[in-house]
Amino acid sequence: MERKLMKGNEALAEAAIRAGCKCFFGYPITPQTEISAYLAKNFAKAGGLFLQAESEIAAINMVLGAASTGVRVMTSSSSPGISLKSEGISYIAGSDLPAVIINVQRGGPGLGGIQPSQADYWQATKALGHGDFQLLVYAPASVQEMVDMVVTAFDKADQYRMPAMILADGFLGQMMEPIAFPEIKSETVEKPWATTGHGNKRAHNIVNSLYLKPEQLEKNVFERYERYEKIKETETDAEMYLTDDAEITLVAYGATARVVKSAVNMAREQGIKAGLVRPKTLWPFPVKQIKEAAKSAEKFLVVEMSMGQMIDDVKLALNCSKPVEFMGRTGGMIMKPAEVLEEIKKIGGKK
Amino acid sequence: MAVVFERPKSLVDVSTHYCPGCTHGIIHRILCEVIDEMGIEGDTIGVCPVGCSVMAYDYFGCDMIEAPHGRAPAVATGVKRANPDKFVFTYQGDGDLAAIGTAETVHSATRGENIVIIFVNNGTYGMTGGQMAPTTLPGQVTQTTPYGRDPKIQGYPVRVCEMLSTLDGTALAQRVSVDSVPHIREAKKAIRKAFENQKEKKGFSIVEVLSTCPTNWGLSPTEAIERLRNEVMPYYPLGVYKDKEGENND
Amino acid sequence: MEKMSVIFDRCKGCGLCVSACPKKIVELNKEKRNAKGYFPAYCTDQEACISCAMCATMCPDCAIVINK
Repeated sequence: MERKLMKGNEALAEAAIRAGCKCFFGYPITPQTEISAYLAKNFAKAGGLFLQAESEIAAINMVLGAASTGVRVMTSSSSPGISLKSEGISYIAGSDLPAVIINVQRGGPGLGGIQPSQADYWQATKALGHGDFQLLVYAPASVQEMVDMVVTAFDKADQYRMPAMILADGFLGQMMEPIAFPEIKSETVEKPWATTGHGNKRAHNIVNSLYLKPEQLEKNVFERYERYEKIKETETDAEMYLTDDAEITLVAYGATARVVKSAVNMAREQGIKAGLVRPKTLWPFPVKQIKEAAKSAEKFLVVEMSMGQMIDDVKLALNCSKPVEFMGRTGGMIMKPAEVLEEIKKIGGKK
Repeated sequence: MAVVFERPKSLVDVSTHYCPGCTHGIIHRILCEVIDEMGIEGDTIGVCPVGCSVMAYDYFGCDMIEAPHGRAPAVATGVKRANPDKFVFTYQGDGDLAAIGTAETVHSATRGENIVIIFVNNGTYGMTGGQMAPTTLPGQVTQTTPYGRDPKIQGYPVRVCEMLSTLDGTALAQRVSVDSVPHIREAKKAIRKAFENQKEKKGFSIVEVLSTCPTNWGLSPTEAIERLRNEVMPYYPLGVYKDKEGENND
Repeated sequence: MEKMSVIFDRCKGCGLCVSACPKKIVELNKEKRNAKGYFPAYCTDQEACISCAMCATMCPDCAIVINK
């Protein structure tokens, strides 16, 4: 297997090329611009198309157009830019189109900052635009996972005809790690719905999200939610780290989970039975895994680079059966393992 | 006897939702006549964004995409870049193209995006009940300019063809009207030219069609045609504003 | 076969064909409403029709078929 040292953002871009992505439409914003730069340099050689749009809004609508014709297409941005894309994302979901959207999160609200953040969790999992819809949301915690999850995101977006998001952060986007590009066996899915010109061989295809009859719109949304139920059963993923006998279980995703894992190891060295549930899919959220961890854990500690967003889903999964504490840094601040260890001790994980 | 005039094949045989006398129907028909004459229905993808023509996907027989308000040129860009050998057109109203979608319009033009834009200018937001559009004339009464559009308050109308003609990427910018049979024939010729440009990869072609909205103008269909001729056409002179002949983008 | 025929239920009675006809032989039939409640157009004198298709060219609803 080919191994390479790569920056997170560049690995995302290279993985997209290898996953069979044909078009990328983007707009510059820190800290994800390396994705565009990498594709501007390398995509055409691989038979792909890179185009810098006039805005994030235009970029996501170019994605809508290309996705309508059945090609694999991607866009990337960072927090404020994702807000601008939300209109298009809602239309993409409403038109049942597959597409991959990268969010390399930075601090907010407003222009916020350019340092890593996880404050777009709610946006990604609950409200990335108006209307009833979900995105598949993947949360990588290493550069290798950035690669693997981009490939999965393309496959699953095609399979379920819906947008998929990689919810990374500036930490992962900017760090370098050795990675291996797996042999890519991307499934090619038939797309009989694509608007590629009917060639006088079939009825015309229509890509649309408008249903003026309420009965029809409701039916359409119901169908989509049936698909979502299937996805919840089959696509949920989380890493369970030392949770079998853990008395205090931490929940963290992305870059934060790396810090938390160190803290869990430190706690174990000190005889504290700590564990970690690391969601790899944020939607669907690993409810079963959290419940599984609750069999041994007496307390939960959720750690996020935000004021506490994923904690809501942890509480919902536990349904008030166990106390859930929170520790967070925000604005681009990253917690240290020792700080997390202190918190573990403080909330009574000492044994 | 033989049939000398009937519905073009690429225009789906259904009744439209347009109001009586609305000239959208004429523009739909001549666009489909061009598609039929060029024999390209099977290779054409149309993009209709929000506005009165939002449901045009039910009328055009080619593959169709319904786009967000103002974003049709961006959607068309995505379609065309992924499928450079297909014909791609957008069909947009004035609010869509010249207000909310101004950036998408200007930048698809300046990129020389090899698409056709049919721009229907009737000076009002028809679908939402007749509010001021970017092309509403000074003095024109609308729901949101009940005392007439006052340039001191609401600014001036946008002349789209004139503006886009300054951009190097624009291959064709032509303003036509559908107020009379000769003008309809001229409009059809302009649309044909725009599609021929796309075939020859000349770049961005826009045909602005001055149109009526009898319902929201508060006029009968024939009165609306009179107003188009006597008030609208003098403000927006017909003509070819840009025609990049003999160039090839290949 | 008529030179100018109107698809009765497609016509919205807008009258644009009436003013387009150079022979002044197209009128709205105020006696007869169609399914949509409009008074459709009709040709008052098929003999005089020259099949110029001016009426059909102005028709926004493709409701007119011309034969020659």
